[in-house]
Amino acid sequence: MHGFVQNIGRTALNFLAAFGRIALFSVTAVRWIFTPPYYWQQLFRQIIDIGYFSLPVVGLTTLFSGMVLALQSYTGFARFSAEDTVATVVVLSVTRELGPVLAGLMVAGRIGASMAAEIGTMRVTDQIDALDTLSTRPMQYLVAPRLLAGTICLPFLVLVGDVIGVFGGYLVGVYRLGFNPSIYLARTLEYLEVSDVTLGLVKAAVFGFLIALMGCYHGYHSGRGAQGVGRATTNAVVSASILILIANYIVTTMFFGG
Amino acid sequence: MAVTPKIELSGVTKSFDANHVLKGINLTVAPQESLVIIGTSGSGKSVLMKCLNGLITPDQGSIKIDGQEILGQGRAALEDLRRRFGMTFQFGALFDSLPIWENVTFRLRHQQALDKNEARDIATQTITQLGLAASVIEQYPAELSGGMQKRVALARAIVDKPEILLFDEPTSGLDPITGGVIDRLIIDARERLGATTVTISHDMASVRRIADKVAMVHNGVIIWAGPAKEMNESGVPEVHQFVHGLAEGPLTNEKPATSPAKMATS
Repeated sequence: MHGFVQNIGRTALNFLAAFGRIALFSVTAVRWIFTPPYYWQQLFRQIIDIGYFSLPVVGLTTLFSGMVLALQSYTGFARFSAEDTVATVVVLSVTRELGPVLAGLMVAGRIGASMAAEIGTMRVTDQIDALDTLSTRPMQYLVAPRLLAGTICLPFLVLVGDVIGVFGGYLVGVYRLGFNPSIYLARTLEYLEVSDVTLGLVKAAVFGFLIALMGCYHGYHSGRGAQGVGRATTNAVVSASILILIANYIVTTMFFGG
Repeated sequence: MAVTPKIELSGVTKSFDANHVLKGINLTVAPQESLVIIGTSGSGKSVLMKCLNGLITPDQGSIKIDGQEILGQGRAALEDLRRRFGMTFQFGALFDSLPIWENVTFRLRHQQALDKNEARDIATQTITQLGLAASVIEQYPAELSGGMQKRVALARAIVDKPEILLFDEPTSGLDPITGGVIDRLIIDARERLGATTVTISHDMASVRRIADKVAMVHNGVIIWAGPAKEMNESGVPEVHQFVHGLAEGPLTNEKPATSPAKMATS
């Protein structure tokens, strides 16, 4: 019993210590975002990497999610003769929930892993120390541009993903379920409000920050060797995915209250 | 009148959790002297070198450069200090994502806002001095051999003419001929810049070529320091074993190396 309580206490303390380290890391990194010099080349490179190269994976994910959503909601709603709400359900689900969460999870897998692996490799091959010796702050050069790029790019990705996801629903609705195209489009726009899209974009910005933060944090504190970098990569993806789901609930609650 | 040492360490200690890596290092390096630090793996040589330019902060002790204490100074003072140092790492530590010209002129570009053409010219001039072809500047580190990477790392370290050069195992992983070439380049660079150098090496042929003075670290302390030519007659069993590469003797190689993650500075 004594050991059991000890374990719980130790786990709680470890959790708090890790939380503190991550909070400190993120505050330091955010401070460097607003402190000159600014590394525009690094920021541009990250924007291309996160924003442009993630488009195919986000596009495909939201396209098929929108298509499946249309099919599933039709199946359900047909049971109480509410088939004509399919377009509304698709657009609200995609913009408020599926778009940001699915894009976040896909980007966490792609970008979180890549950031952790790149920075982790730099750590174990002394490149981060080399930056220090060249009078360049690693947090400012490596971490700050990635956090900023993640926060900027995710909302754009989600916006594109929303359009593609709704289009997926439209394809299924019109060509598989036989909806009239004009009516489907009218229903799509009829109940959609600006706040629905805004909510999704706010979530996306938060998710983008969290993905970059976890990628950078775990890479920066990577253990030695290939095993250390591998573990950092796994931790970055898992922690970013979990934080996305938690943050999703928190942000939804905040907007729900309003 | 006694000359002020370029580098002076007194009572420097450093621990990582329960691992006491440095247990009171006392060492001086005269201006323009070439000191080589030797010792078995995990003896604390790299930690000692990283203490010199502030990559690792010692727990206790004093480190003076030109008689000025460097410990306990703020970040800005530390960055000013680092501009006086050039350093190469054991595996080069070149930035994979940047071409060679950007690697070589990294500090100049970021500190002095050089434009690309100027930076390319400086990089070309520096790497050709080190025997590399000018065309190399457009290549990436992964496209170069180990020896070429070491030369590029050396170019990066000397490009802005530092007063102090730190070399962490500059010839490790190289064939003897390339190792000899790197030693020659280190000696040339030191003479041209009038720099003080501190080198970590396990390569005794290299030590004999480049060292004015040798210090051996063992169990976190300097167990012998003296002129390189007196190394063979040190009378210290550990030094004798190390210098002659003997398997039998007081030195064992079982101490765990220090975790880089714990050495990380923000």
